[in-house]
Amino acid sequence: MAKYLLLKHYRGAPAATNDVPMDRWRPEEIDAHITFMDDFADRLRESGEFVDGQALAPEGLWVRYDGEGRPPVTDGPFVETKDLIAGWMIIDVESQERAVELAGELSAAPGADGRPLGEWLEVRPLLTAPEVTAG
Amino acid sequence: MDPVALRALVPAVIGVLVRRGADFASAEDAVQEALVRALQVWPEDPPRDPKGWLVTVAWRSFVDAVRSDDARRAREERVEAEPPPGAVSSVDDTLRLYLMCAHPALTPASAVALTLRAVGGLTTRQVAEAYLVPEATMAQRISRAKARLVEVAGDGLGQGQRDLGMVLHTLYLVFNEGYSGSVDLAAEAIRLTRQLAARTDEPEVAGLLALMLLHHARRAARTTAGGRLVPLAEQDRSLWDTAMVAEGVELLQAALAQDRLGEYQVQAAIAALHADALRAEETDWVQILEWYDELVRLTPSPVARLNRVVAVGEADGPAAGLAALAEVPDGVPRRTAVAAYLHARAGETGRGAELYAAAAREARSTAERDHLTREAARLREQLRGSEA
Repeated sequence: MAKYLLLKHYRGAPAATNDVPMDRWRPEEIDAHITFMDDFADRLRESGEFVDGQALAPEGLWVRYDGEGRPPVTDGPFVETKDLIAGWMIIDVESQERAVELAGELSAAPGADGRPLGEWLEVRPLLTAPEVTAG
Repeated sequence: MDPVALRALVPAVIGVLVRRGADFASAEDAVQEALVRALQVWPEDPPRDPKGWLVTVAWRSFVDAVRSDDARRAREERVEAEPPPGAVSSVDDTLRLYLMCAHPALTPASAVALTLRAVGGLTTRQVAEAYLVPEATMAQRISRAKARLVEVAGDGLGQGQRDLGMVLHTLYLVFNEGYSGSVDLAAEAIRLTRQLAARTDEPEVAGLLALMLLHHARRAARTTAGGRLVPLAEQDRSLWDTAMVAEGVELLQAALAQDRLGEYQVQAAIAALHADALRAEETDWVQILEWYDELVRLTPSPVARLNRVVAVGEADGPAAGLAALAEVPDGVPRRTAVAAYLHARAGETGRGAELYAAAAREARSTAERDHLTREAARLREQLRGSEA
């Protein structure tokens, strides 16, 4: 098994095929989308492939160390052009093919007019501890 | 034995160990070990005297721990730092436990964790699951909280208003956490507040219990089967638990009769007025607004001022609500959502939609974010309908 991170972006990903902001959908389309997302996670729990999923607030800030005895420097809120992560799901699957298959299904979540969102999801393998037999 | 009845024994068992001379931190650890053991053993082999069993096993575990060479010195120091048993004997053991677990020297998160374990009798794992953190993290939070209590042991622990206020705030935080993981924290908060109310006639304790019951009564109506939030005005009121409402109202009336008003009694009074309305349109907003005026006098909380704005909007119309909103500083959580609601009510549908979308971006829970996004979408749909 291998773990993969599926990353969803608010901004910074290439444009989705059905690229309409959610507050411009019809209310029942929003409900359908949320139901799809919940069902998707439930299905992965059933299949034993779900690890974790979290949504992130769009606001945040940059922070860095600014020297001994000084408070950290902050910079924010984020500028409009910045790449912005909306949330993630971590899955534990047999193969990269399976990870890609699942990301494809997730990207087909219904959007405006009930058509698939077709948003781009980032699929990233998690680094693991070395296998015992590798040494 | 049902787990709740088992957990109800925990404060008394800790009390027995402390009276026998154990320091609080070690007694609490020992009882936790006995509790975990009980959960393993009792289903197969239930004891005849559950409390006696817990005392025996916990005491043995305490003695073993004291004997252990590694731990001896640290524990001896701790025992020395503890006030001698009996020093505060005028206070009921269990009440003393509540006060200690919500000691003002603890952070709210620590007080919550320690209260759930030592007073509520939950295992570390259950507390961790309820707060969605690893068990090791929660174990560490609890042990640091206990170490902090040892540090401040000399400062004394009164039965003062401030200390009881910390207990109530802690229980209020637990209640607001609702339901997550394996533990129904709202129900647990009610159980612990009920147990506390049996030990003091302080009206704010009854007020908090009433507030919890009046909100808990709406639980079935508050979300759809799919987890979608249903605002108060749209709830199916036939789903409200009328017996729980009645109990809350009765507790509140008895508390108010003592004529020592506090913020929990006032919040309960507001909840009771909502419960009184069979339909949302029948809500007595004028009286609710009077209670909010009282609440704002009692607490400087900007959240109370923001909630008052909603009542102004309902009692005196959205224009008055917007005027009152101008007095609430930016950055108060949910201020944008209230602004959206009032603008929409004032007929400014487009402005309302924009503000709802902005409020969704500020939301701190997914259920709330989804609700606000849906409200924005609903208003935009109205706009499209009126243009067509």
